[in-house]
Formats: sequence, C-alpha cells, structure tokens
Amino acid sequence: MTNQNNCIIKIEHLSKAFGDKVVLDDINLDIRRGEFVTLLGPSGCGKTTLLRMIAGFLKADSGVIAMEGTDISDTPPHRRPLNTVFQRYALFPHLNVYDNIAFGLKLNKVPSAEIDSRVRKALKMVSMTDYEDRDVNSLSGGQQQRVAIARAIVNRPKVLLLDEPLAALDLKMRKDMQMELKQMHQELGITFIYVTHDQEEALTLSDTVVVMSDGKIQQIGTPIDIYNEPVNSFVADFIGESNILNATMIRDREVEFIGHTFECVDEGFGINAPVDVVVRPEDIYIIANAENAKFTGEVKSCIFKGVHYEMFVETDKGYELMLQDYNAFEVGSTVGMFIKPSDIHVMQKERTCNTFEGKMTSPTTVQILGAEFECGECGLQAGEEVYVSVNFDRVELLDNKEDGTVMGEVEFILYKGNRYHLTVLTDEGEKVYVDTNDIWDKGDIVGISVAAADLHITKRV
Amino acid sequence: MKFNIFSRRSSWALPYALFLGFFVALPLVLIVIYAFTNSAGEFSMVNFRKFLLQPEAVNTFIYSIGIALVTTFLCILLGYPAAYILSNKSLNRSQTTVLLFILPMWINILVRTLATVALFDFVHLPLGEGALIFGMVYNFLPFMIYPIYNTLQKMDHSLIEAAEDLGAKPSTVFWKVTVPLSMPGVTSGIMMVFMPTISTFAIAELLTMNNIKLFGTTIQENINNGMWNYGAALSLIMLVIIGITSLFSDGDEQSQNEGGII
Amino acid sequence: MKKFFAQSYLWLLLALLYAPIIIIGVFSFTEAKVLGNWTGFSTKLYTSLFSGGVSGGLLSAVENTLTIALIAAAVSTLLGSIAAIGIHNMRGRKRQVITFLNNIPMLNPDIITGISLFLLFVSIGLTQGYITVVLAHIAFCTPYVVLSVMPRLQQMNPNIYEAALDLGATPFQALRKVIIPEIRPGMISGFILAFTLSIDDFAVTIFTKGNQGLETLSTFIYADARKGGLTPELRPLSTIIFVTVLLLLIIINVRSRRAARKMENI
Repeated sequence: MTNQNNCIIKIEHLSKAFGDKVVLDDINLDIRRGEFVTLLGPSGCGKTTLLRMIAGFLKADSGVIAMEGTDISDTPPHRRPLNTVFQRYALFPHLNVYDNIAFGLKLNKVPSAEIDSRVRKALKMVSMTDYEDRDVNSLSGGQQQRVAIARAIVNRPKVLLLDEPLAALDLKMRKDMQMELKQMHQELGITFIYVTHDQEEALTLSDTVVVMSDGKIQQIGTPIDIYNEPVNSFVADFIGESNILNATMIRDREVEFIGHTFECVDEGFGINAPVDVVVRPEDIYIIANAENAKFTGEVKSCIFKGVHYEMFVETDKGYELMLQDYNAFEVGSTVGMFIKPSDIHVMQKERTCNTFEGKMTSPTTVQILGAEFECGECGLQAGEEVYVSVNFDRVELLDNKEDGTVMGEVEFILYKGNRYHLTVLTDEGEKVYVDTNDIWDKGDIVGISVAAADLHITKRV
Repeated sequence: MKFNIFSRRSSWALPYALFLGFFVALPLVLIVIYAFTNSAGEFSMVNFRKFLLQPEAVNTFIYSIGIALVTTFLCILLGYPAAYILSNKSLNRSQTTVLLFILPMWINILVRTLATVALFDFVHLPLGEGALIFGMVYNFLPFMIYPIYNTLQKMDHSLIEAAEDLGAKPSTVFWKVTVPLSMPGVTSGIMMVFMPTISTFAIAELLTMNNIKLFGTTIQENINNGMWNYGAALSLIMLVIIGITSLFSDGDEQSQNEGGII
Repeated sequence: MKKFFAQSYLWLLLALLYAPIIIIGVFSFTEAKVLGNWTGFSTKLYTSLFSGGVSGGLLSAVENTLTIALIAAAVSTLLGSIAAIGIHNMRGRKRQVITFLNNIPMLNPDIITGISLFLLFVSIGLTQGYITVVLAHIAFCTPYVVLSVMPRLQQMNPNIYEAALDLGATPFQALRKVIIPEIRPGMISGFILAFTLSIDDFAVTIFTKGNQGLETLSTFIYADARKGGLTPELRPLSTIIFVTVLLLLIIINVRSRRAARKMENI
C-alpha cells in the first residue's frame, strides 16, 4: 500500500487455463517503477505465460493487469507502452540490422533524422556500432540478441520485458550479457521484467525475484531474502543448493533434526511441531577433529568445484548432508560438524500427510483419486462423504504401473537427508506425496497403492 | 502450452475452405450422384449394368489396365537404375543431369505426344500399340524417376556404410538395404505413373491414329455425347481402381513429391 | 568403369527422352509442311506463327492459354497464400479436413477433376467458357500454392509476428511488413507452379471450355491433330514453349539453391 503511485504494473487475481490445465492461478503482483523484477521458476510454472499476458499476446481468463493505474487487460499489444525481447530473438530476417531497430520508430512516424540518431545510440548501447548494414542472419546468437535488445529499447518503452533472453547463449557469453543487462538497466532507469529458469541469473540480476511454481507465486522478495529465508521447501530446493530436512520444533529456539537437538533463532511454531529445516551446504562447518563437534559423520564423496569442494557426508545417525568447504576432506575419514543457530532456517511444513476427499462405496471400500481402495471396516455406510488421510511413508509406489490401484507420474523429487519426498501426479491430476527410500526419476510412471490399514478415514461434515 | 496469437487467423482459411467445398468436394459428390441415377434423375444402377453388359467397354477397361501396368513396369525397369545413378554421388555429381530428367515433366503433355508422333514419323515406324507404349513411357518416365531419386537421395547413407561394415557384399547391400529403403519412392512413382496412364485420353488417339481406344477416351466420348450419367459411372469405376492402387501408397508422400519438383 | 557405364546409361536415356523434342526443334527451322522433310534452313514458320497469317486460331489459342494461366495463377496465389496462413494457425480436426480437401485435386486424375467440374457447371447452369476454365484452373492450382507457402510459414520464427505487434504494428501492418516478406519466396514459387500447371493443362480445360469456340493451346493441338494434319507452326511454338519452360525451371532452381545456401550460412 505504500508508494501506490510508484507502482508501474499492478496485477490482480490473474488466472489462465489452457483447456483443463491451470497455468496461472490467482496471481497478484506489484511491480515498482525502475525495478528489475525476475520471474523465476521451472519450465511450465507459468512465468512465460504471465510475461506474454503483460505484453498483450495472451488474454487472461480473469483478473486485471493495470499499468500506471489504467487497466490494460484489453489493450492490444501494439498499443501497450512496453517492448519485448524474445528468447529466440525474433529479428525480421528480411531486414538488416538498421531496419530491424528502426522498425518501431518508422511505424510511429518518427522523423528520419531522429530515427537515425536513436538507432545509432541504441546500437552503441548494445556495443554493436558499425553493424547497421549487416544482414541479421549473418550475426552470431549473441549479436542477434544485442540487436533484439536494441530494437526494443530504441522505442523508449516504460517497461522492457525479457523472455529468457540469454537461454540460447553459451555460458561465457551469458555471464558477459548479464553484466551488460544490469548496466543497461541502471543507465536506462526503466522497469525490466525478466523471465528465467536460471536461479543464479535471477539472483545476480534482480532487485526483486518472484519465484513461481505450478502457476502460483511461491515467494516474492529480494535475492537475499529468497536465498536466506525461503518460505517453503520448493523455494529452498529451487534456489541454490540446500539440505532440506524433516525436523521437530521442540520449543521456541530449539529444533531437533538429523537425530540431534540444535539451538536456532526461530520462534512461534509451537511445542513439538513438525517443521522443515533448510541448511545451506556452505553453512555447515566441518573440522577434522570429531571430538568437540556437535555431530560427526563419514565423508562419502568429495569433488572439487572450482572454488570450493562439495562433499557428501553420512552423519552418525545415518542422514546424508551436502557440504561445501574450501578445504578437502578425505573420503572415508570421520569429520566433525557444527551449524550456527542463525544458519538454521525453520519453515512451516506445507503438509504432514496426504488428505483426499472421498466417498464410501461400500462399508469396506472408499472412492479416492478416481479409483476404489479397500479400507477395512470403519463403521461408515456406502455413499457417505469422507476425508481419507495417508501418511507419506505409507504410500507404496510400484514399478509396474498396472499393479497399482491408480497410475501416476513422478513430478518432483526432494531429498530430505535420509529419504526422498516425491510428488506424484495421478492421471486424474491429483497430487500424492510419498516418502520413500527407493530411487525414482522425475517422469517415471508408477503404480500407486495403499494398504487398507493405512487409510485413515474420517467423516466429512 | 505455447499459445499462438495467430490462432484467430485460422479463420483466414475460411474463403478457401468454402472454395474447396464448392469446387472440390461438391463436384465429386456430383459424380457419385450422377453415377447412381438415370437420365430422369431417379436412383438407379442402370449405368453400372450397362457397363457390365457392354463387352466393348469392359474390354477397353481391361486393356487400359494392361497398358497402364506395362507402362508402369517399363518405367520402373528404366527409371530405377536412372534414379539410382543420379542419387549416387560416386556415379553422378551433376545437378544439371537431374534437372534434365525432371524438365520434360513441365512440358505440355500434348506437345510431348506430338513430339513422339514426329519421332515415329521421322524414323518411319508405324503408329500403333508400340508407339502407344513408347509414348506412354516417354511421357511418364520422369514421374517415376523423380520420386525414386528423391527417396534415394534423402536416404541415410550411413545405413549403407553400416551394412558394408557388417560384411555385406555390394549386391547384398543393394538388394537388402537400398531397395527396401527406396520402396516409398517406388510406390509413389507407381502412383504417379499408373494413375495418369490409366486415366489418359487423347494421347492414345494421337499415337495410334485413332486405332486403339483407352478407357479415358470412352469416358470422354460418353460425356461429350451427353451420356453424363453413364460417364459419371465410368469415372467412378476409374476412381475405385485408383483408390485401390493408392491403398498401396501413402497419398501424402505423392503430393509432397509433386509439390517439391521445383 | 562403373561410372562410365552409369553415365552412358543416363545419357542414352536422356537422348531418348529428348530426341522427339530435338527433332521438333530442328524441323522448326525449315518450311516443309510434313515433318521429316528438310527443305533448307528457314525461319518462315516463326514469322508466320507471329504474323498469324496461316493460323489465326493458333495465335488466339496461345493468347487464351497465357491470359487464363496468368489470371488463374494470380488468383490461386492470393487465395492459396491467405489460406496457408489460416491453415498454419489451425489445429486438430479442422486442419485435417481442410488439408485432406486440399490434397484431393493433386491426387485426383485430371480427367476426374475435369468431369467433376463439368458436372458442377452444368448442374448450376453456368454457361461454359472462359470463366469456367479460369475457375477450374484456380481449383486445381491453388492446392499447389498452399503446398509451396506452408513450408515458409513453418520455418518462420513464430515470434516475429508478435515482435512486430510489440513494436507497435497493427495486425495488418505486421502481416504486410513481416509475414508477407517472409513467405514471398513461397508465393513466387507457387505462382510459377500454378502458371505452368495451367499452361500445361489439357484434360480439365477440354471438359470445362464449353462449345463457344474457346481454345487453349492444348485443345487447339488436340483438335488440329484429330483433323489429321498438324499445323507446321506448332513446331516453332513447341520449341518456344520448351525453351521458355527450360529457362523458367533454371531460374527457379537457381533461386531455390541460392536460398538453400543462404539457409546453410545461418
């Protein structure tokens, strides 16, 4: 609510579905004038869809996009005062560099002397002076992208939209362009909305990062906030490397995980509450002397990563942790470890068990996930509506998809130190969360079954 | 997932869709309607009965299929080696030669036929069945060479190397790898030769001094003489034969070949 | 050695293929009424072809052929290009149906196309003549235009239309300044293809030309040949047609090869 007039784009309750698939689900976002905002998320999270809606290429099913206080939801793209840099450049192949950049200015009937000076200035800005007459097809990927940027900024848009502009470039070129984009943003002073799936790029460039997943905004914050204070295990896992572990909040400022009790700085979770804990690999201190350490473990692997070493350590209680340190520790050796209270980040668990809405089909069977499950005698009659809860570790995944009661696809995998936490999407589009020690891959098609005794049924009122 | 702003432009095809409906679909429906009605416009099988009861028409029909089969066979026999040589880099590197083989496809069929008649006149050979078959092969050979050449050229050359690497003799490679892989081109060529030869008319008259009649001519004569219903029935019979032939070939491929000539 | 035999085979076949054409070409430069008699070099047949003295019918047939081909090719190119943009943006069942219908004129034998259109015109009571021939030619030429424009659309970066809108172009401006330049080579190939197909056509024309005395080159030759005597002026005409087609094909091939080389450079 502060600085209302400083907000250049305001998105409210924006939703979009393609057929049955919801790609954007009630998005609310304020973008400030002059800000470098990054929409970050895995492919299919809805970030590009959101960008295309801001650009006007797509219409929302519901919701409002306002620019400087006016609703632009129905404004066609050519009347919106913003310009886009496309992932695959989208330069006009039949025009040379100069005519590509001058395209927008000519359409707006800008005098040709002014076009000339503005095109040259834009070319200078992207370090492409003297390329005016070149055929765009003869340029390298990096050069084409520079022309694409010049073509957009020459129109002096209020907002520049960038759709994964560096995704097609090689690593070194990408790093150089990142620096240049950052510099350009400062020089131009306009708002940049940047879409990427590269978290490092997002953290490097942005003033604000918007982490998206499944068509929802997971977290909005500065890069430092997002990195240090992820709101949930998805964000923690997606941003940087992390150890995400099941934990119990014993009381305020005291949390138990990997079989040990640690002092922490978080409060207000309650007594003995199940929580998730995130510890960044560089925040675990490792020493050769195991005796005075908080906990110990055995080094399982140690790989040099350029600046630091990345190690996997199996702790004394059988959990696996990832560590980063400037020193290498020999594989097989026993080491000691510490974690500072301020480096332990406690997060509310998003869920503690699966809960499905269902219906009794007979006194001993229940309909959930689009199939009938045996559930044993529970004193309820056919037709009664119920909630069914199943603990994560009681869901059984089967190699042979026909063997399960329903079929599903492994969508997301999170390693939690001593087990995997999987998100499995069923054919009906419902999510089943599973804790398992077995190794599955993303995209595996599995059968899902649950033993009758593991279905906990309560009547729905 | 990716949305295309163009999608509203799908309506741009509407004028053409209507055009196709009126000038392509409807006329074919009319052939069927005329074929199954008598001259009074009532449903009737009289046209088909007439065809079966006329030995002359049936004979012409069978003779035409025979000529078409012979022509197709000769075209494969002459065209396959040519296509193979043209596509083989160690035997031919010249694109111009390829172009020379394709070029006659673009000359008016009557001019080509006329040229054949001229050739026969020139070397003092009589016109007749021999001239007919020569003229047909001459007219349609490029249509056999081109699709086979196309398939052979697109063929992954490493397959041949793989076969050689596995110890196959050159002749084995040819019969077990090259020929099976070029079959789509051959079937496409068969379609492009068999179909026009069976449906051709006028050419036969010019090449045989009106002595031999093909099925196409029979159809044309009936239409010209106002026997529209009977002519439509004969057309439908021809369509059925062609439909049966095209079951052996993928229609899309042929259109691609034809369209890709230039 | 193998190469020698292979090359010999090719040239033998070519000699056979071209012998009739060459004979016609050679004998177009002599005056003899009957082909095969050489009565000395002369360009009289060429001059008489263009002065129209002996064969006024022939010259008007050539004129008809060319104007019909031009109109049919122009309309087909316009109709087919717009249709291709539409089809390119269609999905699913509708696209399948229209693609199927588009394939029919290419797969159908000419005689069937001709008869079916003849039946259409008599059914709706349209007097057959110049108009019906043009309509018929548009019907069988447009599919080829669609077929030559589609690949250009498919190769096109789908974002460039959006990029134009983004830079302030209205949808119509984006079409004119971005889409059309991109598909122009396909449109040109399509036009040339339609033009040659129309010139070449015999079977469809003969069923749709009616009996008002309209003749195109093909039908003229046919009628002439049926009368028994072949007009000697057909020889220079065939030669001219042959050379023109040769030139056209060379132009198209050079164009497409240059385009292919350009694509490789990217």
